[in-house]
Amino acid sequence: MAHKLLSKQQLCPDVYMADIEAPLVASAAKAGQFVIVCLKTTYSERIPLTVAGTDQKKGTICLIWQAVGKSTAELGNLQVGDEVENILGPLGRPTHVEKFGTVVCVGGGIGNAPLLPIAKAMKQAGNKVISILGARNKSLLILEDDFRVVSDEVIIVTDDGSYGRKAVVTVPLDEICQLQKVDLVVAIGPTIMMKFCCATTQKHNVPTVVSLNTIMIDGTGMCGGCRVEVGGQTKFVCVDGPEFDGHLVNFDLMMKRMTAYKKQEQAAMEEYKHKCRIGLDK
Amino acid sequence: MNDQQLLDELLKKHKAGILKPADRYNIPSQAMPQQDGVARRSNVDEVAIGYTETQARLEALRCLGCKNAPCMEGCPVKIKIKDFIAQIVEGDFQKALDIIRENSLLPAVCGRVCPQEVQCQLPCTVGKKFKDVEKSVSIGRLERFVADWGRKQKEKSVPPVAPSTGKKVAILGAGPGGIVVATDVRRAGHEVTVFEAFHKPGGVMVYGIPEFRLPKAIVQEEIEGLKKMGVEIICNFVAGRTKTIKDLMEKDGFDAVYIGVGAGLPMFMNIEGEHLVGVYSANEYLTRANLMRAYDFGKGADTPIAMSKRVAVVGGGNVAMDSARTAVRLGAEHVYLIYRRSEKEMPARVEEVHHAKEEGVEFHLLRNPKRLLGNADGVVCGIECLKYELGEPDASGRRRPVPIEGSEFTIDVDTVVVAIGNGANPLIGQTTQGLTLNKWGNIVVDEKCKTSLDGVYAGGDIVLGAATVILAMGQGRTAAAAINEYLAGKK
Ligand SMILES: Cc1cc2nc3c(=O)[nH]c(=O)nc-3n(C[C@H](O)[C@H](O)[C@H](O)COP(=O)(O)OP(=O)(O)OC[C@H]3O[C@@H](n4cnc5c(N)ncnc54)[C@H](O)[C@@H]3O)c2cc1C
Ligand SMILES: Cc1cc2nc3c(=O)[nH]c(=O)nc-3n(C[C@H](O)[C@H](O)[C@H](O)COP(=O)(O)OP(=O)(O)OC[C@H]3O[C@@H](n4cnc5c(N)ncnc54)[C@H](O)[C@@H]3O)c2cc1C
Ligand code: SF4
Ligand code: FES
Repeated sequence: MAHKLLSKQQLCPDVYMADIEAPLVASAAKAGQFVIVCLKTTYSERIPLTVAGTDQKKGTICLIWQAVGKSTAELGNLQVGDEVENILGPLGRPTHVEKFGTVVCVGGGIGNAPLLPIAKAMKQAGNKVISILGARNKSLLILEDDFRVVSDEVIIVTDDGSYGRKAVVTVPLDEICQLQKVDLVVAIGPTIMMKFCCATTQKHNVPTVVSLNTIMIDGTGMCGGCRVEVGGQTKFVCVDGPEFDGHLVNFDLMMKRMTAYKKQEQAAMEEYKHKCRIGLDK
Repeated sequence: MNDQQLLDELLKKHKAGILKPADRYNIPSQAMPQQDGVARRSNVDEVAIGYTETQARLEALRCLGCKNAPCMEGCPVKIKIKDFIAQIVEGDFQKALDIIRENSLLPAVCGRVCPQEVQCQLPCTVGKKFKDVEKSVSIGRLERFVADWGRKQKEKSVPPVAPSTGKKVAILGAGPGGIVVATDVRRAGHEVTVFEAFHKPGGVMVYGIPEFRLPKAIVQEEIEGLKKMGVEIICNFVAGRTKTIKDLMEKDGFDAVYIGVGAGLPMFMNIEGEHLVGVYSANEYLTRANLMRAYDFGKGADTPIAMSKRVAVVGGGNVAMDSARTAVRLGAEHVYLIYRRSEKEMPARVEEVHHAKEEGVEFHLLRNPKRLLGNADGVVCGIECLKYELGEPDASGRRRPVPIEGSEFTIDVDTVVVAIGNGANPLIGQTTQGLTLNKWGNIVVDEKCKTSLDGVYAGGDIVLGAATVILAMGQGRTAAAAINEYLAGKK
């Protein structure tokens, strides 16, 4: 079954958002779950992407992705009407949502995409939602308006101060935890950001959930490639996660495992860019 | 005298009814033609090339046609072995194929991957006479010959399908078990949909067993055959998540379900260093290489795999052999196979052990990893092993490996593949209420492959634990018969 792109938008350099036909996934997906996309059956890579939203009536899912390597770049080059051959999902355990009280949602960069449906679900469950959104600079900040709709308060930080506060997300997070009772923190973004968020909330003893984005193949618990160490035990992100108690995750190990294919991916990206350019010259 | 002349002479005697057992014993056992051991290290083409017609008929003439046919007892699906072999002697390969197909639906697969040396060929009278199972009639190679002959005939017959019954059956997992159930249930006129999690159907036959042992084109043909019969195949569907079994039955109107999702949970050794970069489960390594075609990385395929110089594979089964031989083909200079017992206890097929050795895989027997060593970047760089000796037999009947204190030694490696077995994937169990599992997470079934839930059947690796293609097929046939019976009685 092919999956047609019904709409596509570029949110900022290298970040794309698209509504894609996938009625089966749309009717089953809950906040926190993801899909595996495989562009073309024979040779493409299988890439995990979070379901950022669903429209059950239209039978579509919304994906938001950053072009970091060849496969995500190729996905970014698709146009409305183009098709993706394979989408598998929904995968992973849904976010545990209930009325906790005050929930702080911390998003970094592309992490805002998976965070949005969680913030929305937390709000619907009656929580007070404070969102902290961080980006390197103003042009890279995504989904701000959507977060304003589902949050009681939104704090924006940028690394260079081009918008909001000049700070990293852990600064306001630390302040909030000092000033008021926070019942839960959900942090999604680059691994290093999640690691420091957890270090911050640990000081204040605030339970913290992170969503891990390890390298994956099948997404069904078959290959073991997505394994991480949580509380000294081996867990598979695709079936046991993707969300875990951030205070128990061995982030250093995870960051090492994420570098496994760096060299090969870089070579593939160079090759792809080269080919694209040839295409443009024509 | 060349082979053809020998065959002509023997056939003359055979027709005259004067070919004696002694003559048959004198026919040399026919070796399998295969790709050169050096050349094949750098390609993924099939290693065994297959018998010529002359070879097949000579080999067939070695069969004594024993009255009690002990070979048949050794076959899990009871193929009428001496009957199909007799047809090869006559040169009627179509009839031979028809006889095999009465009991086995995937002969081209089974002829290649069945462990014949411990099944049909073990009790063969000819092998017994020579006190050497390798001298038994090569039943598997003959099965393969007949199946390949059949594949070369233009119009492959599609099995007839009974008129529609209006009943719907869902099959979860498109491995050999699922394919067999789909065929048999469809034949009875039921509507069949196969749901598969991966983006290609075939199960272990496409993601695990490498091309050089089982060409994907063969599996593809079987799948095409299923489609021609009117079976619908839906890929990218993970049962339990995309839909639960309950939803399939209650909302989507499936009258019966077969669970054939295999045993896909990789086991690790739980030793220090297993999280290092460069340490793979065999499932991941083989899936990257086979299904995702990582051997073509940079030449079309987008999924990378470690480009290793020194690879250690831990384990002694078919999965370990396949991983080691895949590493050879990916260009590794040294591939070490580390197994804690001796070669005699190795569960891998003898033929594949031979092939691995011919291809240069270095065997470290009676050795087992103690820990994995990493460099500053967190990449595996060494494997520390202990030497072992064999003690008393354990519960499995094999002699127990006992570590020798203080015998540690280290091998330098840049990749480690862990191939020590698979457990049951918990997803179906977790998402299906009322389904009885045993303590290892395998689904419990009765002798008809029925589970604890009404209308739900299961078979293959998810029931047996990691087993074989033929056993999965055998259970598939049992389950299909039970499903057909169940649906016949259902209004
Ligand atoms: C559960 C889950 C949900 C995700 N959700 C999103 C999402 O909503 N939006 C989004 O943009 N990204 C998401 N990701 C990350 C996304 O899958 C990767 O960015 C993508 O696979 C990279 O593919 P590529 O071939 O383009 O890049 P590659 O060329 O493969 O890799 C580029 C760089 O990213 C690293 N990398 C490779 N695979 C992954 C991976 N699976 N995750 C992270 N880094 C990787 C490589 O080491 C390399 O350094 C998610 C990942 C997971 C596991
Ligand atoms: C590397 C390797 C080498 C082997 N070599 C041999 C050999 O030489 N000879 C031999 O006889 N046997 C061999 N085996 C064993 C043999 O392949 C298996 O016993 C056999 O394939 C089991 O068949 P099955 O039908 O139970 O399921 P499988 O072949 O395991 O197929 C199950 C299918 O179900 C799919 N699936 C899993 N979960 C879900 C879900 N939730 N929803 C939908 N689909 C799902 C999987 O993706 C898979 O495609 C080998 C196995 C491996 C791994
Ligand atoms: S046991 Fe061997 S010789 Fe006897 S019928 Fe079977 S294959 Fe032929
Ligand atoms: S992605 Fe393969 S086990 Fe998680």
